[in-house]
Amino acid sequence: MDLELIITSFPKLLSATLVTLKLLSASLFFGLFLGLFFAILRLNKNKLIRGFAYGYSYVFRGTPLLVQIFIIYFGLGQIEYLRTTFLWVILKEPYWCAIIAFSLNTGAYTSEILRSAFETIKPGVIEAGRSLGLNKVFIFTKIQIPIAIKQSLPAYGNEIILMLKGTSLASTVTLLDITGVAKFIISTTFRPIEVFIIAGSIYLFITFLVHNLIKYLEKKYRYQ
Amino acid sequence: MDLISFGDNGWGDELFVATLMTIAVAITAMLIGFLFALIFTPLKLSKYKFLNLISNFYTTVVRGVPELLVIYLFFFGGSGSIMYVAQIFGYYDYIEINSFLTGAISIGIISGAYSTEVFRGAIQSIDKGQFEACHVLGIKKYIYFFKVIMPQMLRLAIPNLSNVWQITLKDTSLISVTGLVEIMRQSYIAAGSTRDPLFFYSFAALLYLMLTYLSMKFINRVEKKYSRGY
Amino acid sequence: MKLKKIILSVFASLFLFSSTLSADTIRIATEGAYPPWNSKSEDGKLIGFEVELANWLCIYMERDCKIVEQDWDGMIPALRMRKYDAIMAGMSITDERKKVITFSQGYADEVASLAVMKGSDLEGMSTPEGINLSLGGKDVKAALKTLTGALAGKTVCTQTGTIHQNFLESGDVGSIDVRTYKTQDEVNLDLTAGRCDAALAAAVAFTDYADKSGKDVVLVGPTFSGGHFGNGVGVGLRQEAQFGSDSALGKRDAQLLKDFNKAIDKARSAGKISELATKWFGFDASM
Repeated sequence: MDLELIITSFPKLLSATLVTLKLLSASLFFGLFLGLFFAILRLNKNKLIRGFAYGYSYVFRGTPLLVQIFIIYFGLGQIEYLRTTFLWVILKEPYWCAIIAFSLNTGAYTSEILRSAFETIKPGVIEAGRSLGLNKVFIFTKIQIPIAIKQSLPAYGNEIILMLKGTSLASTVTLLDITGVAKFIISTTFRPIEVFIIAGSIYLFITFLVHNLIKYLEKKYRYQ
Repeated sequence: MDLISFGDNGWGDELFVATLMTIAVAITAMLIGFLFALIFTPLKLSKYKFLNLISNFYTTVVRGVPELLVIYLFFFGGSGSIMYVAQIFGYYDYIEINSFLTGAISIGIISGAYSTEVFRGAIQSIDKGQFEACHVLGIKKYIYFFKVIMPQMLRLAIPNLSNVWQITLKDTSLISVTGLVEIMRQSYIAAGSTRDPLFFYSFAALLYLMLTYLSMKFINRVEKKYSRGY
Repeated sequence: MKLKKIILSVFASLFLFSSTLSADTIRIATEGAYPPWNSKSEDGKLIGFEVELANWLCIYMERDCKIVEQDWDGMIPALRMRKYDAIMAGMSITDERKKVITFSQGYADEVASLAVMKGSDLEGMSTPEGINLSLGGKDVKAALKTLTGALAGKTVCTQTGTIHQNFLESGDVGSIDVRTYKTQDEVNLDLTAGRCDAALAAAVAFTDYADKSGKDVVLVGPTFSGGHFGNGVGVGLRQEAQFGSDSALGKRDAQLLKDFNKAIDKARSAGKISELATKWFGFDASM
């Protein structure tokens, strides 16, 4: 293990870590809304709507994230018509293409997590709310959603870590996240093993932080 | 449509072979993962803290580090370390572990970490009474593990193992670094050659969806069969 | 019992699948994605200038050869790991690379050039036709200044781990948004998609792409050579020092270097290199 290597790569890796974290938080942010949206759609009475939501979840969980990124980045970039629309301002940037792909992906997994959380809420709770005269929307937003979120914490913690690993695929579309910078450093120092171990350790460290954060949140919201 | 026709002009035959390769690698990786799990699960449940540590280190690191890095590390470090070991024995030449095995083992390592967790959870949820009964009846640990515990563990593990299978199947898309021609790499080549990434990557997505769909059907059948009598 | 069988068969197949090539076969790696230097035919066979040249060099060396495919970003590490014995992948001889591997004499040279899509505002730059960064001088400095001004704030794309990337990031052309990609194919895709204002690679790579794809890719600016762009393309080999000059492996590597140099001399005097270069590049790119 070369100390000099670690010292010289450190500044680049630091800014790369920021990129990774930005990608992660943006994707989780959009993904959470998408997940909630589609989870609600899954509970809808209409079969078509339920089917649509199921289809979204099935497609994005059943195909590799790499394929999704490539379709959005290289595939959409090929369509000449798209380049003339205002969408191109967003799709031109690899940063946004990655976030779109990641958000759609985590949205699918999140919708599954939330959906199963909703389904395990005891009907008694909802009935109690109705008997108190509370209206449906109120019950939903103030009772069902918070319970579902609490239920989902362990599984969602897992999803955060899965998404963190997913961000490493941003390196396949020119973004300089941790993996991207690692590859760059290797291309000039030709020391793949050491650099990848350093990069892996950074990911592990972030995983460790996330894991503990989730544990803390679980404890905090245990009794309510 | 004739982009995917079979024969010289279409990529259909290459993609078909690539799909078979994906399936082959995924199955091999899954089996290799089981091998890892068979080693590391008992380590995790052992009463010796040191063995627990080794096993936990394995599952935490392999599940916490991006798959790309694990695959790169094994690709650059794996064959290197095997050759290093061989050099100690005086064997100096290159040992070519073909790219199929390299890819399968790298994903197998990842798959194994997930399988280990699944097996551990399954064993821990088997009624303690089963263990006690075997103990009381005087059946040797080795025998009762295989004849009593394992069948029950497998039944409990199947739903989660189907998740591990999905993960393994999708991870095969990342081993193009080893040069193995599976779905992703073949699509990459076709997309580059025809400059039509949209078509080929979308088609690749369809292939993966088809594999997912067929897997689910198969696993549901297996699950039903295993749950007979419960 | 079933379990034992499974374990045994896995280990058995491990040995079956591993093979040890005869020590005499020279394994030569190429990328297979950088036409006309090396690429793949429709049915997946490796073709190109270097593939043919490699076969001829082996004939001159009277040895058996096997040409293997390797992704560009793992090219040098895998050589050092003894995955193969030589690299012939359009790899330029640079000081940076010489720190970890050694090169035979150069067998061909490429000039690099910027490329843009037709209609770009970078067309019609007033620069000399070609500049050699090793020579320096007023011309070179003036050309670099023009380039710096033209490219300021623009996005330039190139392949990761190449001399082109080194040049773009060296500061010789000021600060630009450099984007790097795994293969030249991806560079071409994004250039055509309009994500790159310009791209930098071997001039022949762009002309080949323009021919095959029919897209309006045009070369702009001067052609580059020397300096960051190295001194020609040679065969990448392990350094004798890597395994030690007194070890069997080190001696083998040193001998291989000598053999390749002799073979290149033979090929050059037989006119083989010029012939192949003209065939693949359209002009005599031999050194």
